[in-house]
Amino acid sequence: MVVFDKPKALTNAPFHYCPGCTHGIVHRLVAEVIDEMGIEGETVGIASVGCSVFSYDYFGCDMIQAPHGRAPAVATGVKRSHPDNFVFTYQGDGDLAAIGTAETVHVGTRGENITVIFINNTIYGMTGGQMAPTTLLGQVTTTSPYGRKKEIQGNPIRVVEMLSTLDGTAYAERVAVDCVKNVINAKKAIRKAFEVQKNKLGLSIVEVLSTCPTNWGLSPEKAIEWLRENMMEHYPLGVYKDLTKEAAENE
Amino acid sequence: MLMKGNEVIGEAAIRAGCRYFFGYPITPQTELAEYLAKKMPKVGGLCLQAESEVAAINMVLGCNASGERAFTSSSSPGVSLKSEGISYIIGSDLPCVIVNVQRGGPGLGGIQPAQSDYLQATKALGHGDQHFIVLAPAYVQEIATLMGEAFDLADIYRTPVMLLADGALGQMMEPVDFEAKKQRTLPEKTWAACGHGNKREHNVVNSLYISPEVLEQTVLARFERYKLIEEKEVMYDGYMTEDADICIVSYGITARIAKTAVKAAREKGIKAGLFRPITLWPYPKKQLSALADKVKKFLVVEMNMGQMVDDVKVATDCRRPVEFFGRTGGIIPTPDEILAKIEEMNGGAD
Repeated sequence: MVVFDKPKALTNAPFHYCPGCTHGIVHRLVAEVIDEMGIEGETVGIASVGCSVFSYDYFGCDMIQAPHGRAPAVATGVKRSHPDNFVFTYQGDGDLAAIGTAETVHVGTRGENITVIFINNTIYGMTGGQMAPTTLLGQVTTTSPYGRKKEIQGNPIRVVEMLSTLDGTAYAERVAVDCVKNVINAKKAIRKAFEVQKNKLGLSIVEVLSTCPTNWGLSPEKAIEWLRENMMEHYPLGVYKDLTKEAAENE
Repeated sequence: MLMKGNEVIGEAAIRAGCRYFFGYPITPQTELAEYLAKKMPKVGGLCLQAESEVAAINMVLGCNASGERAFTSSSSPGVSLKSEGISYIIGSDLPCVIVNVQRGGPGLGGIQPAQSDYLQATKALGHGDQHFIVLAPAYVQEIATLMGEAFDLADIYRTPVMLLADGALGQMMEPVDFEAKKQRTLPEKTWAACGHGNKREHNVVNSLYISPEVLEQTVLARFERYKLIEEKEVMYDGYMTEDADICIVSYGITARIAKTAVKAAREKGIKAGLFRPITLWPYPKKQLSALADKVKKFLVVEMNMGQMVDDVKVATDCRRPVEFFGRTGGIIPTPDEILAKIEEMNGGAD
């Protein structure tokens, strides 16, 4: 009897991710949601530039690789011409919150019916550990070797809080994948985001606090601890916008 | 039907079955977006104003990647912003139509007509080994036929096609017949990422090849396609070139002014002619080379500082002198100025 199996919405390609990296968990959660909703055949995923670029090889649905930061614009082009398809982007913090900030904000303002899976690990992974827009104050990276200082490098950006102020954002939640409880909750959030898209309510975004043991210079276990002790304070978990809830309360 | 150039671009796109336009306002092509904003909803299409030129070209990327005909339009500074996306579109082997209604540059430049994006369009709009098809209409009628052709060529060769116009042509009103375009057989878009419906393997639209060997092979395959384009899709026009001593080489709106100058020169007994490339890439090299056997001198006329001169020299192996006359910064040369240059060259020939 099979008690644990690979989701159908993942291909057989082996992940290239480093040991302890949480991309694998989030890929799996997205694929499980796609399987449970039975929507692989009508889903188009948009891969972004960064460690997760090869997600186009890992997800079994049709995939498009977008230029750096442009995944939300690419997703807009797909969704506007295929409104009944499910369209999701899978983006890191550099992609979404630095070079792609304008594209990210404007899918919120327009209320595009797409789902954004946003991986926040406070660092540029693929290029080898440079400062991200989400890097915490004091955090050492290769381009903030003396620790990020607000006077020099500015402050870390809180994405879901910002996007939740936009009228077109229907659902915005921050989750983490540091423990079983939170992983289960992260999956619920991703499922909710796809349901919001199904109901054409507007932009749905799930920010996932993730680890990068390699570029943080920590073991996978210590990385999880670092996430809990440092990231959760600046990036509190929770639902920041939920139009489905507001609609239910108004009834 | 009498129509403005910019509006003809939009109407021709709709008639080519294009239902998606993503753009950003910039002078002197804004009438196009305004026309489409009115017309697209009436044909079940979409005209969406993006937050930037960068976003617009990437919406076009996504829309084309999912198998639909989408296009974008801009003018010079905006086209520079689109160059990243265009390189990705080339690298992903996607069809795409881009319109550049050129204005003077560099920088913010001016808003008057220019042809100063010739090198950018024909040599290196984006990064990487690449070409794409560049069509240069000289008449509003030609906009209508070439715009339709642009969508077909893009689909057939899975490449971006640029309609390179200028502010004068965009603003000009002329009669137009949309039925003049030839019919082509189009390939099925089996590569489109629009949901596999559990009926096929997943399609991946991608421009990333980490292995240099694999990347080299994809580039080589693309250049095989470019060879086919160069063999089959060259377009040009000639006027009194048969017995010409001095042959003007000019494209777009400037070629029309040059034609007037050629007529005036003929009236003065000077054997002048005009060769007009319609495809700026692929460039009509063979035809120009053949002309070099007959004519004594070439005169390149453009609204820039001579960006096409090297192409004429290369095409003709420098077998004949190639001179240049042009105005830039948004100034349109007059027939008299061109005639004066022809007369000067004619005097020098004796």
